[in-house]
Amino acid sequence: MRGDQINLQNIVARSATTEPSPQVRHGGVEEVTKLIDVSRCIGCKACQVACSEWNDLRDDVGECVGVYDNPMDLTPETWEVMRFNEYEDEQGNLEWLIRKDNCMHCEEPGCLEACPAPGAIVKYANGIVDFNSEHCIGCGYCVAGCPFDIPRISKKDEKAYKCTLCSDRVFHGLEPACVKSCPTGSIMFGTREDMHELAAARTDFLKGRGYEKAGIYDPAGVGGTHVIYVLQHADKPEIYGGLPEDPRISPMVDAWKGVTKPLMSAAIGLAALSGFFHYATKGPKEEPEDDPDEEKASEAREEDK
Amino acid sequence: MSHSNRERGILRYRWWTRLNHWTVAISFVLLVLSGLALFHPFFWSLTGLFGGPIMTRAWHPFIGVFMTLFFVLLAIPLFKDSLIKRYDIQWLKQINDVLSNRDERLPPVGKNNAGQKLVYWIMLGCVPILLVTGIIIWRPYFAEGMPIWLLRFSVMVHAYTAFLAIITLVIHIYSGIWVKGSIRAMVQGRVSKAWAKHHHSLWYDEVMKERKQQPAAKDDSSARPQ
Ligand code: HEM
Ligand code: SF4
Repeated sequence: MRGDQINLQNIVARSATTEPSPQVRHGGVEEVTKLIDVSRCIGCKACQVACSEWNDLRDDVGECVGVYDNPMDLTPETWEVMRFNEYEDEQGNLEWLIRKDNCMHCEEPGCLEACPAPGAIVKYANGIVDFNSEHCIGCGYCVAGCPFDIPRISKKDEKAYKCTLCSDRVFHGLEPACVKSCPTGSIMFGTREDMHELAAARTDFLKGRGYEKAGIYDPAGVGGTHVIYVLQHADKPEIYGGLPEDPRISPMVDAWKGVTKPLMSAAIGLAALSGFFHYATKGPKEEPEDDPDEEKASEAREEDK
Repeated sequence: MSHSNRERGILRYRWWTRLNHWTVAISFVLLVLSGLALFHPFFWSLTGLFGGPIMTRAWHPFIGVFMTLFFVLLAIPLFKDSLIKRYDIQWLKQINDVLSNRDERLPPVGKNNAGQKLVYWIMLGCVPILLVTGIIIWRPYFAEGMPIWLLRFSVMVHAYTAFLAIITLVIHIYSGIWVKGSIRAMVQGRVSKAWAKHHHSLWYDEVMKERKQQPAAKDDSSARPQ
């Protein structure tokens, strides 16, 4: 499989960039996907540890608040967390649903749409969405843009961080660290096609086991994602630690970042230009002269002193 | 050939107003330039004026708060003279005459004309909105605790309000260039009698009446300067 992406010709989308991305390469790079099969996860958090390990992250030691979630949420130094949920199904059975939460690597990333810094967020031909800290200015717009509440801004350097899908490893033909560490085969990695095949097989299996609503989570509202889930209850994604049912870039973000922005920018330029042309055609309102009568004018000046 | 500048003229803006106005003006222009840099990639090169993109982003909100403080000081004394009067409506209806410099057809107006008053009210609306939404999205100090829907809402409102304020600013600056004598009024404080009579005749009458009543004090105290 060719999942190469760090080569700069393989950047297919770039934040705050109006010029087109490199165009000549075609089809050589296959899209990758990480498949998280929630039904096989045992919540051991090996992936969380592997993520810290590979990415050289050491989050502060937190506090135990009496649940398995630890840390409780994503942070600039925790790019994935396991979300534990106790769910009572229709038959009254308790199900322990454990979802690994991290960046979904959207096909249409809201973070990238919102980012004002050219090249601070890029999408590679293989589908990975990466933050380029070199260009990050710490404004936090990606936080507003993301439909999954993923990016976190570090207090140490005021830069945004999130899962890279181990873009560095993938570039060298390795699978992401979390995939490598998973002892149950709950996290799989490969081409988008292969992962969908595998996910479909797992879904069928689950249906055979009585999970009638089992299905694949690959939300169309963001053009699909390069991280997909197999869920036992695909009709109720919210029960998995608040996985959004129909995620899409917020209408407010679209209204903020959509066509109105270039239009408003043009309007500002036009306003200034209209001023100039008004001046050039109608002319200024000249200082009115003092009284044309010399005597009165000098009287006025005299009085004025 | 204008001889107006030989006259000492009428005091239109006292030093306090002039100082505030230019403090606000300079800060506002810096805000527009630094804000636009993030507004659209087209303006990204403006970050170069502020020592780079990170500096641009970091400075903008501080300048914003600073500007707002002086804006309040500027706006309070201007309040009374900015109330819209009946003749202002007539003036606005004749905006074509205004734009075509057919000033002789215009109704007499007071210390400020309807255009100036509109700039006042639009800015008085925009600045508090920009302040509040700007603080909500301000990193690293305030945004961290805000719900995401509020961040989205605020950054959107900030951008649209900034647009309105910038368009208003462009018109405001152009008016200063267009109406000769008005920049001098805000820099040096004084206008000629002829200027006052021509552009703001009701105000002129008022000033003259006061001067007659207390001829000794025909200077700063009498002209109801702001
Ligand atoms: C009054 C106080 C103000 C505060 C506290 C404030 C704060 C902010 C903040 C925090 C941002 C986000 C970027 C950053 O972190 O620097 C921002 C963006 C921006 N500001 Fe302000 N601001 C203020 C006033 C203004 C004014 C007066 C203007 C111009 C008329 C303006 C225009 C903009 C623009 C155009 C953006 C970019 C919005 C976008 O990316 O869509 N701001 N402001
Ligand atoms: S999940 Fe959020 S951070 Fe990840 S690509 Fe999608 S929008 Fe960006």
